Amino acid sequence: MRRSISIFLLSLSILAGVAGPTLAEPPAIIAITGARIHTQGPQGTIQNGTLVIENGRIRAVGGPATTVPAGARRIDAHGKVVTPGLFDSLSTLGVVEVGAVDGTRDGRVEDDRVTAAFNVADGLNPRSVLIPVNRIEGLTRAVVVPVPGKSLIAGQGVVITLGGPGDFLVRSPIAMFAVFGERGAGLAGGSRAAALLRLKEAFQDALDYATNRKAFDAGDRRSYALSRLDLEALLPVVKGTLPLAVAVDRASDIETVLRFAKEWKLKLILSGVTEGWKVADQIAAAKVPVLVNPMENRPDSFESLGATLENAARLHKAGVTFAFVTGDAHNARNLKQAAGNAVAYGLPWDAALEAMTAAPARIWGIADHYGTLETGKDADVVIWSGDPLELATFADAVFIRGKEMPMKSRQTELRDRYKDLGGAVPLAYRKP
Amino acid sequence: MTDTLRSLAFGALTTLLGIAPAGCASAAPAPPAPSPVAKAAPEPPAPEAPAPSAVPKPAEVAFPSSYQPLPSPPVLITNATLLTATGDRIARGSILLRDGKVVAVGASLDAPAGATVVDGTGKWVTPGIIDPHSHLGVYAAPGVEANADGNEATNPNTAEVWAEHSVWPQDPQFPLALAGGVTTMQILPGSANLFGGRSVTVKNVPARGVYAMKFPGAPYGLKMACGENPKRVYGGKGRSPATRMGNVAGYRAAWIKAREYMEKWDRYEARKKSGKEPAPGGREAEPPARDLQLDTLAGVLRGEILVQNHCYRADEMLTMIDVAKEFGYKVTAFHHAVEAYKIADVLAANGICADMWADWWGFKMEAFDGIRENIALVEKAGACAIVHSDSADGIQRLNQEAGKAMAAGNRMGMHLKEEDAIRWLTINPARSLGIEKQTGTLEAGKMADVVLWSGNPFSVYSRAEKVYIDGALMYDRNDPAHQPEMDFELGIRDAGEGQ
Repeated sequence: MRRSISIFLLSLSILAGVAGPTLAEPPAIIAITGARIHTQGPQGTIQNGTLVIENGRIRAVGGPATTVPAGARRIDAHGKVVTPGLFDSLSTLGVVEVGAVDGTRDGRVEDDRVTAAFNVADGLNPRSVLIPVNRIEGLTRAVVVPVPGKSLIAGQGVVITLGGPGDFLVRSPIAMFAVFGERGAGLAGGSRAAALLRLKEAFQDALDYATNRKAFDAGDRRSYALSRLDLEALLPVVKGTLPLAVAVDRASDIETVLRFAKEWKLKLILSGVTEGWKVADQIAAAKVPVLVNPMENRPDSFESLGATLENAARLHKAGVTFAFVTGDAHNARNLKQAAGNAVAYGLPWDAALEAMTAAPARIWGIADHYGTLETGKDADVVIWSGDPLELATFADAVFIRGKEMPMKSRQTELRDRYKDLGGAVPLAYRKP
Repeated sequence: MTDTLRSLAFGALTTLLGIAPAGCASAAPAPPAPSPVAKAAPEPPAPEAPAPSAVPKPAEVAFPSSYQPLPSPPVLITNATLLTATGDRIARGSILLRDGKVVAVGASLDAPAGATVVDGTGKWVTPGIIDPHSHLGVYAAPGVEANADGNEATNPNTAEVWAEHSVWPQDPQFPLALAGGVTTMQILPGSANLFGGRSVTVKNVPARGVYAMKFPGAPYGLKMACGENPKRVYGGKGRSPATRMGNVAGYRAAWIKAREYMEKWDRYEARKKSGKEPAPGGREAEPPARDLQLDTLAGVLRGEILVQNHCYRADEMLTMIDVAKEFGYKVTAFHHAVEAYKIADVLAANGICADMWADWWGFKMEAFDGIRENIALVEKAGACAIVHSDSADGIQRLNQEAGKAMAAGNRMGMHLKEEDAIRWLTINPARSLGIEKQTGTLEAGKMADVVLWSGNPFSVYSRAEKVYIDGALMYDRNDPAHQPEMDFELGIRDAGEGQ
């Protein structure tokens, strides 16, 4: 009985991921012309480029000779820059409205029983005011992660678009998220070594459970460290089909997790990796992708003593695949600033853009439809006023799956209400 | 840090910080017979100026600044773009620093004998950045509980504590701020309390004790806090304040006591000065008992200590302006003024500075209405706009924060230029700290607190290359000999890498 509920829940979240959007509007064709287009794909960077969007997808991309179908709406983007929509690989978008207001936070469970089975998808709010605030600045996709509560295994994260209701969940689950290092040790009784034991125990239990379901259901099997729901949820991780994303910073912790993943043949992703540069060769050799915030440069704990603004550049040089993250929700829009800082500290510009587009697409397994500007891919496209990494640059237009987003948010409405103070009528009557 | 409730996700990204438990602030014994009643000089006194009264001010007797600029040869930076923070931009200009001061700024200057000449071609020069809201040293890195010394969260009124007694000068975050061009900062107690205690303004120089960092002649600040933090901390302990009205009652009760205390001292001093014998057993016979908490509050009422008021919401700022009027003091600056744009005209009319973030919002209820245009709109109203950090990360990139704020203003149709935005980082915060006569602009006679940037300081790609404090080269990105390393950092980065 309980097992069937879990299967039902799991299939529900899978269905939600597969169902995808239906575009209600009649297919319109949009042609962006004259822009410098960073395709992030085989076509590289195209000067004076044309990009044609039709039916939610990219119909064509190329130089000025690219055919623009008759009747297409043309957007003159001379002097502008076009890139794929940006992707934050670690956020809490949609599961928080006000950080310090408990009722608006759904990314964390303090129940230590439900852990691996916890999936943020069913708590997501596509109508969050944070979504427009971030998308009008060029962020079109994000990984939404569970925040660790009382368990080493925080639960399952998903990929969303910032397109709003009906166009939200791209894939669920995308990975299982867990913590190691200081946080993990704290959750496992006080030692990193104990944290690793707990993970091993959970994995062993999941395997045992998988081959003894009937006996377990009949009450004829030893007790497990995790609940039945959690064991079910862990199985794809143990079998190496669902990635395990582990938050870890200290170089030695990275080495430990790499060993653990190798032993269990896991599909591993590392996040945080403040000291990743110290063991970059090992990470590269293991072909493990990492998620980094390139602005983490303070020795703010004993596991990040080696923090440096050159982390991203050094990982790149060592051949590590990486994506950029903010770990934020309200200001996930500042992802591009983080990328700009990585460039200021030695990362090639194209690699910085890649870490917000094509690289996460590969890491999260959605490169078939997102991450580059190529014919047939989802039209997540941003027209920028200039270099997207620059502070003075803003997004002129944002398309998510071909749909042009209104350049409006709660913040622009507040701004427009208050930009001219004065007048006899209370501002509450001024409705931008 | 006191306000960073932003729930981040993992590992080093996790900085979910509440109010840290405070250490034991002990008042060091003061030298003999200091009195809180000496009259303030109307302007920040020069360090060598004698106290204007026979009775020394406690601030000048206890824990005086022992800061000494490093000796330095004259420095001439040539052919750079100069943002003077007086509203000017000088293309291909030069600036001469000598004996710790800016000597001249202009199109072309001659190098005096023995001067170091720095080719500024393609580079930009600005005054040193001033962060008026920092917790470096009081919330030092690593951020372990043992280093959390910023909030004496044991009473809603701890006006008696002084941030300088918590500052750990070995905080490895000081050099990181220096690499971001920060030459001066105000270090404040946290915001758990209605009255958090005294701030201290320091030069960002390595030192064995905080006194060798203290900005000579800078007035103290009093940290006050509105809104959610005090009511959460004390309401959560089942005591007042538990509401915003409780907050206001707490401020008013304290100011009533402070006024009584000040008047007691005034009567005593007046009697003593008059030479009259006190009435036997009269109130003015003996000096009143000294009270550290009331010393600080009375210092505010006398105009010697500047009120630095953490306050997010527009309506609460209006309330605090009225509280100040009721008791005859002035709010110098509202910090974290996320809603300053809603009352920018009132701030301008009252001459109150607004210390703001470029884009922080939503991490708590009173920050929900934050907008990117806040700083630009305060500027537009003619008020004193300031970019502050309240963050060991933000302090390293205040130039970038100002860059974002400028861009937001221009996107809404303003025509802000670099020479405007630089003021948010230099002369305006200098004004809010009472040090605008000493630093904050590139003008002859001012302290030579100067940053040479690799390019436009409001570009994400630009970095501070050289940072001068009182004319001495304290940081050089291209010369490890001019990159300070704190004790904590020694032997740690490469520890164990023996093979």
